[in-house]
Parts: sequence; C-alpha cells; structure tokens
Amino acid sequence: MSLSSRHLLGLQGVPKEDIQLILDTATTFREVLERPIKRVPTLQGKTIVNLFYESSTRTRISFELAEKRLSADAINFAVSTSSVNKGESLKDTVRNIEAMKVDMVVIRHSAAGTPLMLTKLCDANIINAGDGIHEHPTQALLDMYSIREKLGRLEGLKVCIVGDIAHSRVALSNIFGLKTMGAKVSVCGPSTMIPKYIQELGVDVIYNIDEAIQESDVLNVLRIQLERKAREYFPSIREYVKYFGITSERLERNKKDILILHPGPINRGVELSSDVADGPYQIILQQVTNGVAVRMAVLYLLGTLN
Amino acid sequence: MNIKAKLVDKDGIERMITRIAHEILEKNKGSKNLVLIGMRTRGEFIARRLQKKIKEIEGVDIPLGVLDVTLYRDDFRTRLKQPQVSVSDITFDINEKDIILVDDVLYTGRTVRSALNALMDFGRPSTIQLCILVDRGHRELPIRADFVGKNIPTSLNEEIKLKVEEYDGEDAIYLVEAEKK
Repeated sequence: MSLSSRHLLGLQGVPKEDIQLILDTATTFREVLERPIKRVPTLQGKTIVNLFYESSTRTRISFELAEKRLSADAINFAVSTSSVNKGESLKDTVRNIEAMKVDMVVIRHSAAGTPLMLTKLCDANIINAGDGIHEHPTQALLDMYSIREKLGRLEGLKVCIVGDIAHSRVALSNIFGLKTMGAKVSVCGPSTMIPKYIQELGVDVIYNIDEAIQESDVLNVLRIQLERKAREYFPSIREYVKYFGITSERLERNKKDILILHPGPINRGVELSSDVADGPYQIILQQVTNGVAVRMAVLYLLGTLN
Repeated sequence: MNIKAKLVDKDGIERMITRIAHEILEKNKGSKNLVLIGMRTRGEFIARRLQKKIKEIEGVDIPLGVLDVTLYRDDFRTRLKQPQVSVSDITFDINEKDIILVDDVLYTGRTVRSALNALMDFGRPSTIQLCILVDRGHRELPIRADFVGKNIPTSLNEEIKLKVEEYDGEDAIYLVEAEKK
C-alpha cells in the first residue's frame, strides 16, 4: 500500500484509498505519541525544510514536531529573517535550498498554487501547509481523523462547515476530503461569505445556524479571519455573533448531541462562545494532538516512497 | 507457494511450545518479573500460546504486549513495496522487567535488531531474551536466540513458512521454494 502521488498539494482529486491509508497510518503514530519516548527512527537521514511565507503557530510547530518525531532533520525558514527581505524570488529561494540537498519541502504561502509551482521547480516531495484561499490538506485530514476517532466513521455523517467559506482553505479541503469519504457536507454562514457556485461542489447551503445545528452530526466552525478583512462582509461583529455565533444556549435549544471542531486560533466570543470552546461538545485540543500524528503519517508515506 | 516439505505438524508445534514454556521458567527461575512481547504478526499468537501454557504450569498470568517494528526497519530505501504500519500495544511498564521477545522465524536477524531498538524506546528492561520457533540460519547480524523450537538449516533459495491457526487457519511449518525476487 502506498500513496498514488509523491506530493500532497490538496485533497481535490485525491482517491479515497489514499485518504484512508493516511488516516489508518495516523493511528500508528497516535500510539507513538503516547509512548515515553515519542520518537521513531523512520525518516533518519531525510532533510525537510519548512518554508513558511505566512505566519503560523499550530501548523508550523505541528509539522516540526512530526518531523522530529520521525527523526528527520528539520530546518525552519521564516520569511522575516531570510533573504526574501533582500528581494530574492521564491523560485531562487527554492532552487538554492534544493541545491543544499533537501528531500521534502513543507510550504505555506499566501498565493494559491505555490506548492504546485514548486513541484515543477524541484525534485523534493512537496507538502502544502496552506496556500492562500485554496487548500490546507493536512488540516482537513486531521479534522477527518478526529471525527472518525470520535464517531467511528465518516461515511454518511452530516458535516456542516460554518463561517467564512469564501476565504477559507480549510473549508475547501474539508469539502473535497469529506465528499470523497462519503460524508454529506453543507456550509453555513452570511450569504456574503458563501461563494456563488459552491453547490457545484456537491454541498448544501444553509443560511440559518439553528437549522444547521439541527441537521448536522458535526460542526466544523471556522475562524472569522479579521486580518483578511472579514469585517467588510457583515455589518458588525455583534451582528455576526447574534446570527452565527455558537453559544451553549443555542446548542441546548436545538439539540443535545453534536461534535464541534475548530481549526484554531479561536476568536472567543465571536464564532464560538467561551463556554462552548471549553465545553463538552468540542474536541479542539484533540484535533491539535491528532494533527501531529496525521502529519507524521503524511511525511512517512511520502518520505519512504521509492 | 511451492511446498517442498511439511516439516512440523500441529502436534509438533504444540510440543515445541510446551518445552519452550518450561525452558523459559527454568532459566528465569519461575515467572516472577517475566513479560512476553510478541512481534506482529505471528509472534503475537505464539506469545499468546506461551502465556496460556505458562498459566497452566505456574498458575500465573504474565503480561503480554505486541510490538510492530515497521517504523524501525532499515530497508525503507531498498524495498519496492512500502510496508503497512500497524500499532504496537504494550500497556505495561517494561522497566526492570525480563522480556521474552517472541517471533516465528529467525533469519537475517534484522527484524530482531529493529525490535531491540523499538523496545529501548519503551523503557529499560533488565533482560531481553529471544524466543523463536524456527532458526533457519543465514544471520547478517550478531544475534542469537535463547529459546529455539527447531533448527532448520536452509539454503538461500528455500524459505520457511510457519503457519498459525489463529491467522492462517492451520498449525504447520513448511519448507518452500523461495519466491523469485
């Protein structure tokens, strides 16, 4: 069993068997993370560069930990302290890094399609850690892993993605991945944040959050990206909270049992109220733990391909 | 699979396990401090039978764990097929324990080498003793077994196939012609 591609650029078009293999392999690494020595020698001698052109806490630390726990040599590259400041192009940066003999590149960039471009520039395995508003495949994989761990399956589950769908790479990767795995996906948010042709991806649109809660087994609540000018899409944060914020009062009113995911970082009091963010329905911190295992699985499966 | 001979049958394997269980208890002066670690896949089932046998003899249930060594292998770069990984299941503390590491066939010794590395990541046992049902020779590393079911010297174009009821549906040891690489 091995993956059908030597890169992970997104979940669009990735076959079901590949996703299944990554999720099953992650179970192994989940066990490694529970050991007293959380380290296996599997990728010894491999060099992996983390190229982060956009800020990140969780994803970068998660990838770095995953690399170290597989005994790979991890190198971090932060744009702020690099020659990018001197005007070096991405192409030149990557070519120079490749000349130092690296095996894999993990890249986050604000421009969609950057990981795809890298596959044409160098021989290393490329992993997309988020490209613009396109895809964020490892986040979707860890979301699916977490749902499967909690509810035992993905097929037939009703998952609703809530928030700014139009500007979310997490939403897009989740839609592709969940649809492939046989889940029923819907999206919910202010109509200004729902892309026009989203139904073509085979998802339902729900404009009323109470209806979304009643209809779904799982809510994947996205962060309102205030830094991406989210405020231009609704009149005020108070109004967003009133119509789309998830509060425990709202959950109790609609239903008793639901699973809540959030990719972090949370805007407490905006998309999730504080008591929901710490409450019994959410698995936000489990998602973070699972993220390391899922990334180890991806690195292992790509790094040991011949 | 081109079978050349059936070397051991069900009763033979049963007798081997009975004898090895006694040897383990003799060498370790009882079952105190013993733990069994079976190596996936068939080692696990052999370990379970040893556990049962030791219970019959001494009346004690000794802890049993399962080890998957895929992540510790040294042949990732040379194999054509990516091995499927599965979960190790060792729920007890192995520090200061006497470990009986159980596998079906001992050949190059590389799997045992990976297992030793893996066990060291779980703790620091006081001893690790190796128990195997068939030693077919051709070691590539300085490794030997403490408890051996049967020594079967083979040529390099032969292989030993050990089958267990729980996994393969029968108990037997076959000598087969090696599959062409």
